Amino acid sequence: MKVSVGLGSCGIAAGALEVWDAVQKVVNKDGANIEIAVTGCIGMCHLEPLLDVIENDGHVFTYGQVTGEKVTEILSSHLAGQGPIREYIVSSSEMSNDFLKQQVRVALRNCGRINPESLDDYQAQGGYKALEKAMKEMTPEEVISELKGSGLRGRGGAGFPTWFKWNATREAPSNEKYIVCNADEGDPGAFMDRSVLESDPHSVLEGMAIAGYVIGSNTGVIYCRAEYPLAIKRLEIAIKQAKEKGLLGNNILESDFCFDIYIKQGAGAFVCGEETALIASLEGERGMPRLKPPFPAQKGYWNHPTNINNVETLANIPWIISNGGQAFAAMGTEESKGTKVFALAGKIKHGGLVEVPMGKTLREVIFSIGGGIKNDRKFKAVQMGGPSGGCIPEELLDIPIEYQSIKDTGAIMGSGGMIVVDDTTCMVDMARFFLDFTQKESCGKCVQCRIGTKRMLEILERICQGDGREGDIELLEELAVEIKEGSLCGLGQSAPNPVLTTIRYFRSEYEAHIKDKKCPALQCKNLITYNIDAEKCKGCGLCAKKCPVQCIAGERREPHVIDQDKCIKCGTCYEACPTKFAAVKVD
Amino acid sequence: MHCSSYNHDKNLGSSSVQDNVDFSLLSEVIQCYQGKKGSLITVLQKAQEIYGYLPLSVLKYIAKELKVKPAVVYGVATFYTQFRLTPVGKYLILLCQGTACHVNGADTIKTALYEELKIKEGQTTEDGLFTLDTAACLGCCSLAPVMMINGQAYGPLTPEKAINIIRGIYAAEKESTGEGEN
Repeated sequence: MKVSVGLGSCGIAAGALEVWDAVQKVVNKDGANIEIAVTGCIGMCHLEPLLDVIENDGHVFTYGQVTGEKVTEILSSHLAGQGPIREYIVSSSEMSNDFLKQQVRVALRNCGRINPESLDDYQAQGGYKALEKAMKEMTPEEVISELKGSGLRGRGGAGFPTWFKWNATREAPSNEKYIVCNADEGDPGAFMDRSVLESDPHSVLEGMAIAGYVIGSNTGVIYCRAEYPLAIKRLEIAIKQAKEKGLLGNNILESDFCFDIYIKQGAGAFVCGEETALIASLEGERGMPRLKPPFPAQKGYWNHPTNINNVETLANIPWIISNGGQAFAAMGTEESKGTKVFALAGKIKHGGLVEVPMGKTLREVIFSIGGGIKNDRKFKAVQMGGPSGGCIPEELLDIPIEYQSIKDTGAIMGSGGMIVVDDTTCMVDMARFFLDFTQKESCGKCVQCRIGTKRMLEILERICQGDGREGDIELLEELAVEIKEGSLCGLGQSAPNPVLTTIRYFRSEYEAHIKDKKCPALQCKNLITYNIDAEKCKGCGLCAKKCPVQCIAGERREPHVIDQDKCIKCGTCYEACPTKFAAVKVD
Repeated sequence: MHCSSYNHDKNLGSSSVQDNVDFSLLSEVIQCYQGKKGSLITVLQKAQEIYGYLPLSVLKYIAKELKVKPAVVYGVATFYTQFRLTPVGKYLILLCQGTACHVNGADTIKTALYEELKIKEGQTTEDGLFTLDTAACLGCCSLAPVMMINGQAYGPLTPEKAINIIRGIYAAEKESTGEGEN
């Protein structure tokens, strides 16, 4: 029997290390014949911590929301031959759950299935066979034509055809070229790259080595955010293992191809996801973008031709080489081929990472796979593409997920963040939130972006505070155009998108804030008050007990009163008041 | 301006006055990277690992040793959010500001922590115990809202839970230092 525990960052945050300790305790105590292993993240974040029991006959049982106590119970049942404990099972090899069975996993093929710290595990899944195939059976031109046939486009945000970049860097004249992996996943709400790096680091290394072979480069650099320490640790282990086995380093697979990879840690700047800013940061400078052309494919890292690909893009490469470009292109739609990973989060029941063929509808992903809205509230919008993207309303939920159709809504595919919001989210506040982010992250080089985003933020702030003026919506739209036109890089060019899409689809909410001084979602604190209805209050004192700032007073069994000066409008009292009284009112 | 600059500018003066910094701790790092182009960020990261923050004198020392202008070092140190120019408390609280956390009420957690700790973002409590800071996204979106204290993530939070976690640490700390009451 084999037991594996999902030790990705989110698993650990949910308590997976305690589960790991509990499993070890069982093994040590009973001397049970159990092989234990670490695995990465399968993507079912809402069910973490996860534990897999693999019986000797090959059956896999996945348990969710496991605790130390449950571990003992689960393992003793399996060890005693009493079979699995059905009520704790979330998925099994015979019957995978709705979340998993609708997915097609290419980039995530090994995530949560293999031990990310074991090269043997990766090779048992056919790992490094694609590199061998590319080097021994294919010319670089053939690899590029395979990629072209696959229709793979960059998964980091811009969606540029991957083969084109590879070809351009390959054809650029220079003796020194670089392969850079962009692992500076800065979009708040996107965590697919972290998961791939933590759960299947070798797939990224193999993708980079294939790129090195095709493009004619001997050096790869992974630019990874410092906020991902576990990803960095697992990459370091993987690089060392691959070198020991002659899969990286000098004379790979006994050929004369040499390719080394090292890691550079980012230091926390969203703009460094932009290619030229990333290069500046790699060179140890402030990460400020520069004008293109020349493109990195001509003049990149230290002015040498540089090919930059995102983590998910690179993780797709070995699969494409092994299975052929046609197999990848067979999935998805005419315009958007293959599969894409999405990070489902926000007010969703089953949050996590999902990989589906392009062309699925948003509704399928959010409702069939994601299980719909938390607490069965009403769906309001899905935010796609992070700070560069936009909010898509319910009437557009049936559009297929493709680069162009998403772009037509005013959002972008981006790196695949999908934040679902319900009727308790204020869309003006959502726009303010993103502008606050881009305004802080603007590098300051272009005037329109540096000052324009600040002015937009000020307007949004005053609208949320109830000081919005007639004409503010038009002013926002005017500024948006200026910022888009006057900015050098993608950050500024796309910064107004969250504002423009919320105005486009939720204009009435802006108007309610400005004209009626009301926040329909009851979120903007200056526009709402919490009051206790003296008639209904029975003086149970629950609200006063739970209030984090102790601003509710009242005698027992007497109506309580909220001190409006001290109230931070957190809504705790509203939640605390028993539904049978429903004495706390918000308006 | 970039967000990293507003956190610490105000205290720059005071930090530079009192630093009694042992530069020898850095000598190994300097030796390793001296003359290697493009390694300024890495050197600053290592220095911050050693000292917990980047005292002004260390920035000057790094400039001298790597033969780059102090303005360049300062420019890089203030550009990136990871670098801090003021000391941090024993417990560094990183409150996630990601989108998922935002829509799940991260702001109410922030207000509650402001009230409890009597400090604002980027500041440290007088007893040097807690520093409150924010992170763009900690990537634990399904546990939103989340905060991380010295590398350990806590979530999903409510204002009440967040305050209890802080009080728990505070109580344990007082007990271990044997300072029953003040």
